[in-house]
Amino acid sequence: MSKELTHKAYWRENIKLILTCLVIWFLVSFGCGVFFVEELNQIRLGGFKLGFWFAQQGSIYSFLLLIFFYNYKMNQLDKKYQVND
Amino acid sequence: MELQTLTFLFVGLSFALYIAIAIKSRADSTEEFYVAGGHVHPVFNGMATAADWMSAASFISMAGLIAFLGYDASVYLMGWTGGYVLLAMLLAPYLRKYGKFTVPEFIGERYYSKTARIVAVVCLIFISFTYIAGQMRGVGIVFSRFLEVDIISGLIIGMCVVFVYAVLGGMKGITYTQVAQYCVLIFAYTVPAIFISLQITGSPIPQIGFGGTLINDSTYMLDKLDLIVTDLGFTAYTGGSESTINLFFLTLALMAGTAGLPHVIVRFFTVPKVSDARRSAGYALLFIALLYTVAPAVGSMARLNLIETINGEDSTGVSYSEMPGWFKTWENSGLLAWYDHNEDGKVQYAKGSPIDGKVPEFDETRGEQGERILTNPSEGQIAEGAPFANELYVDRDIMVLANPEIAGLPNWVIALIAAGGIAAALSTAAGLLLVISSSISHDLMKSTFAPNITEKQELMYGRIAITVAIVIAGYLGANPPGWVAETVAMAFGLAASSLFPAILLGIFSIRVNRTGAVAGMLIGLIFTFCYIIYFKGVFFEPFAENIEENWLFGITPQAIGGLGMILNFVVALTVSHFTPAPPQKIQEMVADLRVPTGRF
Repeated sequence: MSKELTHKAYWRENIKLILTCLVIWFLVSFGCGVFFVEELNQIRLGGFKLGFWFAQQGSIYSFLLLIFFYNYKMNQLDKKYQVND
Repeated sequence: MELQTLTFLFVGLSFALYIAIAIKSRADSTEEFYVAGGHVHPVFNGMATAADWMSAASFISMAGLIAFLGYDASVYLMGWTGGYVLLAMLLAPYLRKYGKFTVPEFIGERYYSKTARIVAVVCLIFISFTYIAGQMRGVGIVFSRFLEVDIISGLIIGMCVVFVYAVLGGMKGITYTQVAQYCVLIFAYTVPAIFISLQITGSPIPQIGFGGTLINDSTYMLDKLDLIVTDLGFTAYTGGSESTINLFFLTLALMAGTAGLPHVIVRFFTVPKVSDARRSAGYALLFIALLYTVAPAVGSMARLNLIETINGEDSTGVSYSEMPGWFKTWENSGLLAWYDHNEDGKVQYAKGSPIDGKVPEFDETRGEQGERILTNPSEGQIAEGAPFANELYVDRDIMVLANPEIAGLPNWVIALIAAGGIAAALSTAAGLLLVISSSISHDLMKSTFAPNITEKQELMYGRIAITVAIVIAGYLGANPPGWVAETVAMAFGLAASSLFPAILLGIFSIRVNRTGAVAGMLIGLIFTFCYIIYFKGVFFEPFAENIEENWLFGITPQAIGGLGMILNFVVALTVSHFTPAPPQKIQEMVADLRVPTGRF
């Protein structure tokens, strides 16, 4: 495979990964924390209403996991396409 | 020891530390000055980014907003952390690969146009100044309380300190001083939170504590808080009163603004490798999350403590003469006020405004119990659902600083908070000043107006720019357009609507050209800025009252950046579609940006 084609394939996989992560990013913040907060508030997590918990705690933890997950996958991808620096 | 002595000691020691580090790592080449020669470890870079990022808005103002707004303030928590996901995936690694000094430099080269570069500098200056104005107000509040000086003297002291290490140290000085500042501020924020969490819920972890039960009761703390605030006529703490559309646009503006803030992006130029840029964003968010997950606990506990102290055991109010010392000290600074509407000699707190206008005004005399006399009280009407008229004015920005005092914590904890608040405000101000100086000396002078200047002269222009910027920031700090967090939110709106789309499209679209990018940035910036000015005024009287009936689609001036961003994207893509594609060389450059290895 030529270098250009490898790079294109690398970029496609990266875009797919980014889109997956951004869907989760959107769901945990705008989804659970803003749009469906009332519905989720019917469910309780100890002293927290679930929607409230997502808005003030859960979304932040999810963001953290997402970034580290993305980094892990990207490092693998870099190696696979031998573009790691 | 006295609180004042302790405060001087803690603040003095932390300053000595920052200045020592700044002097020790004095920059001597241009590259060192701007990006620390590209050799900062990702963990340290993450800490410095976190300190740079967490400003007076995060440290002083945010928990106060959460305390008074409850669920509605969640947008600040989500918005200011969610942006790091965008940063780590969409911007940081590619800008690191590009590997130059400044954001306008990237925009100028990607869009092969000096105009684009100058427009980017203009956007950056608007963003940075709005942001700094908020920081300086934060510095003023801290000094006015703890050193018992007026806000103006506090501002001048703060300006001098920022000047010393921003001018002498450059970026490397700032990177390591910011690591120190992060340590100071996170310690100062979490220690009182742990104490208060132990007091109220018995849990040493505030994040868990505020979802737990009260210490001598089986009721959940948040349920108790919901009950108390609804009894006083407010909406439930865990429920919201803002429209979903406004919450959506505000969160969007804060997230994209985070990713588009020039002084944060610049951080990722300072790590050795592309993979380190991704890691740095992760570490930065980790260090930020330490404070951001504690803040909602601090907010809810502060609200509970405040109400219980003011309204007393039986919820009918406590007389002024029995109020603790902190009440009177904050009253003296003018950030807290009491007007006895029902003339029973007791302070009562409920829904409603105790004053007529935005801030309390006092005359020189004192009342029967020694209270300051308000000259602009409201009519004292009882708000719907409230048991009595509200008699207490509390500036939201004092909550974090007053919280340990309200909870009766030892003096050293209170002094620690002061040192932390100053660290937060100064670190951000210094980072922003550096960005202003580098964009003026590097992007305007060296590349556009005076290309023949030497490295030494470039450094000198940078230092002159810092000096001028500090003076203007001081003026804006004395005349700020709103609460610290609100002012800062507007800076994010400007960043989201101007720079973020231009950078994002520059990486992810090969087709977007200079005409599209310039049109997009200008329309985004002008639309957002005009909307804010229209309602806020700042340098003159606002054109329209800042109320819901006047807003476009019910969007507040803080949230308008979200809409401005969408406008920017639409304009940039449409204009590019109808104008020629970028030259071959640029298309190759973009393809190259996307891969960690290679030419750059």
